[in-house]
Amino acid sequence: MTPSRLLAALRWYLRELTGENAYGRYAEQHAGTPLLSRREFERARTRQRDDRTGIRCC
Amino acid sequence: MITPPALRARVNVRSVIVWTGVAVAGAIGWGVLALCRGENVSAVWLLVAALGSYAIAYRFYARFICRRVLRVDDRRATPAERLDDGVDYQPTDRRVLLGHHFAAIAGAGPLVGPVLAAQMGYLPGTMWIIIGVIFAGAVQDMVVLFISMRRDGRSLGQLARDEIGPLGGAAALFAVFAIMIILLAVLALVVVNALAKSPWGTFSIAMTIPIALFMGFYLRVWRPGRVIETSVIGVALLLGAIAAGGWVEKSSLAATFTLSPQALVLCLVGYGFIASVLPVWMLLAPRDYLSTFMKIGTVALLAVGVLVAAPVLKTDAITTFAHTGTGPVFAGGLFPFVFITIACGALSGFHALIASGTTPKMIQKESQVRLIGYGGMLMESFVAMMALIAACILDPGLYYAMNAPAGVLGTTAQSAAAAVSHLGFSITPADLTNAAAAVHERTLVARTGGAPTLAVGMSEIFSRVLGGSSLKAFWYHFAIMFEALFILTTVDAGTRVGRFMLQDTLGNVWKPLHRVSWKPGLWATSAAVVIAWGYFLYTGVTNPLGGINQLFPLFGIANQLLAAIALTVATTVLVKSGRLKWAWVTAVPLAWDAAVTLTASWQKVFSTDPRMGFFAQRARYSDALAHGKVLAPAKNAGDMHAIVVNSTVDGVLAALFAILVVVVIGNAAWVCLRALRSPGPTPTTESPYVESQLVAPAGLIPTAEERRELAMAGTEAGS
Repeated sequence: MTPSRLLAALRWYLRELTGENAYGRYAEQHAGTPLLSRREFERARTRQRDDRTGIRCC
Repeated sequence: MITPPALRARVNVRSVIVWTGVAVAGAIGWGVLALCRGENVSAVWLLVAALGSYAIAYRFYARFICRRVLRVDDRRATPAERLDDGVDYQPTDRRVLLGHHFAAIAGAGPLVGPVLAAQMGYLPGTMWIIIGVIFAGAVQDMVVLFISMRRDGRSLGQLARDEIGPLGGAAALFAVFAIMIILLAVLALVVVNALAKSPWGTFSIAMTIPIALFMGFYLRVWRPGRVIETSVIGVALLLGAIAAGGWVEKSSLAATFTLSPQALVLCLVGYGFIASVLPVWMLLAPRDYLSTFMKIGTVALLAVGVLVAAPVLKTDAITTFAHTGTGPVFAGGLFPFVFITIACGALSGFHALIASGTTPKMIQKESQVRLIGYGGMLMESFVAMMALIAACILDPGLYYAMNAPAGVLGTTAQSAAAAVSHLGFSITPADLTNAAAAVHERTLVARTGGAPTLAVGMSEIFSRVLGGSSLKAFWYHFAIMFEALFILTTVDAGTRVGRFMLQDTLGNVWKPLHRVSWKPGLWATSAAVVIAWGYFLYTGVTNPLGGINQLFPLFGIANQLLAAIALTVATTVLVKSGRLKWAWVTAVPLAWDAAVTLTASWQKVFSTDPRMGFFAQRARYSDALAHGKVLAPAKNAGDMHAIVVNSTVDGVLAALFAILVVVVIGNAAWVCLRALRSPGPTPTTESPYVESQLVAPAGLIPTAEERRELAMAGTEAGS
């Protein structure tokens, strides 16, 4: 694997892990319909997280 | 798809050669550990034995369980595919989900337990971590993940109720809550012991709060959703805060950040309350990103450090404390207490909560339970091996001077050196003072809880690779930060989860509490949870007998008890679904775990040795109190009272935990027996079969055939 491909893979992984890609995916899925702005979308996402705190182990 | 015979044969030959090589390497690692006694065993051999064993177990045992026992079926749609709502249920790339799952299961536990268990030598800990994870811990995680996945991602409590009955379900639910309280108290105690009287550590940990708040607002207000950029800034600020700690320590601010353990308890309890009622975007979410990156980065760094520095183990393979049971760090012999002390990393019941929480709702393919459930736990086990190595490369004299209770060691380097030589090891007061000075701490005497020991070990390894002795203090505080950071995340998240459980349970009695958004109810339940763990934390900090010494066994028993419940549920499901033949896969680890937990509880409750049995301890101190005497290490009647109350509470809890296990196992045995005797098949609790449309590889690296399938389906995200 070339360094540039490795870097691209790492970037893809980190973006997926942190949920940065979520908006892009949402925009892709809802193409053609009126979209939420990035800000509105991220707020809605954190609101969902609020009452779904995952447990963290020891 | 038909593979040409020639191709198949070639692949097989190569795979046979590779796996034979792996097996031989692992066997050599074990051979060195088994045969070398006395002199210079390199820590690299521990890694070789561990990695070789993990690879073999993952390749063969985990695959066997998946195919024969669980009978995973990739034609069957997972809940993520069937119920995809973009919120809870979401098919997630296996590599990404492995990252999430690992971040959720691995915390401070695998770092603390092995350090304490180093009292028995490196061999018992190593064997239990490796053998335990292969046959118990990883099996539990994978099987629970599978069972929950087949049932729309139901939680452990719901599974216990569905499979065993209302009594088993209620016992499981209560156990989960009680364990969480003890867990939070013990983890918070580790932080208190690491930060007490350390202005450098206290300053840099305190700085994580403004850093996380800044990140929260940055993400919310300025750059919504740009998590990577925010995390990079956060990590940079964090490293800056660690470096700045060295400056604060020498400045006039040092007094402000030099806190007593009692003051730290108040800070932590206050923090836990406020953090858990704030919206997650402010503190919890950014903190979570920070701790995930720090965790993965530091573990990778440590693995590289051990390989490059190749430190030599200084601890004996098996110490005398393993036979006598009179070790100062925790009382009790090798069986059962090594298996109680090392929970996370070998077998951790807590993981069953995560394996039956969010992970099963996000898995794409049934066969991926092997990578995520089994593989994720192997990764945690590897972290535990790192911690064990970091503790075992320390000079034993220093190890005991740091880890025996303050009541044994006294407060000065002289008294500690004398106490250590009394234990049969040696360290001069000057060496002890120098070791503290090298990491810029006032003292290392009685810095129990594992974190400071691990930090000294890590600074030893890191400074050999990078920076030499000049950076030792930085690395020490880096390690303290690394551990404290995710303990605080656990305290925040754990308090929230405890609150949800309390709201849920009490909401059945009094309706308004059910409403998650009702502020007074939210505050009251949060306060109740915080006060509960705060109580144990406070008794741990003030206990003259040493909080870690008294509470850690209780935490281990609680965690292994939860594992017993999870394994019982798993065994019951196997028996009820007509797989009695394979039930040993979970029944054998269950039998072992029950033996360990019940023996430990029995000794903790009924032992007549006051160092071991909580009630014997209580009797000894309350008798003395009645005669107006004060027994060391207590200094006055107040201390004596504290010991009497603590031993009573701890003893009752140990007994209660044991009774809960017996109730759950007994109930499950009856359910299994009834299922075996009933003439027809037991009705299944699985969700109905739906044909899967998704195409996704099972393992980390797609096979040639999976690549072809992916190409045909035209989907493969990312790389």
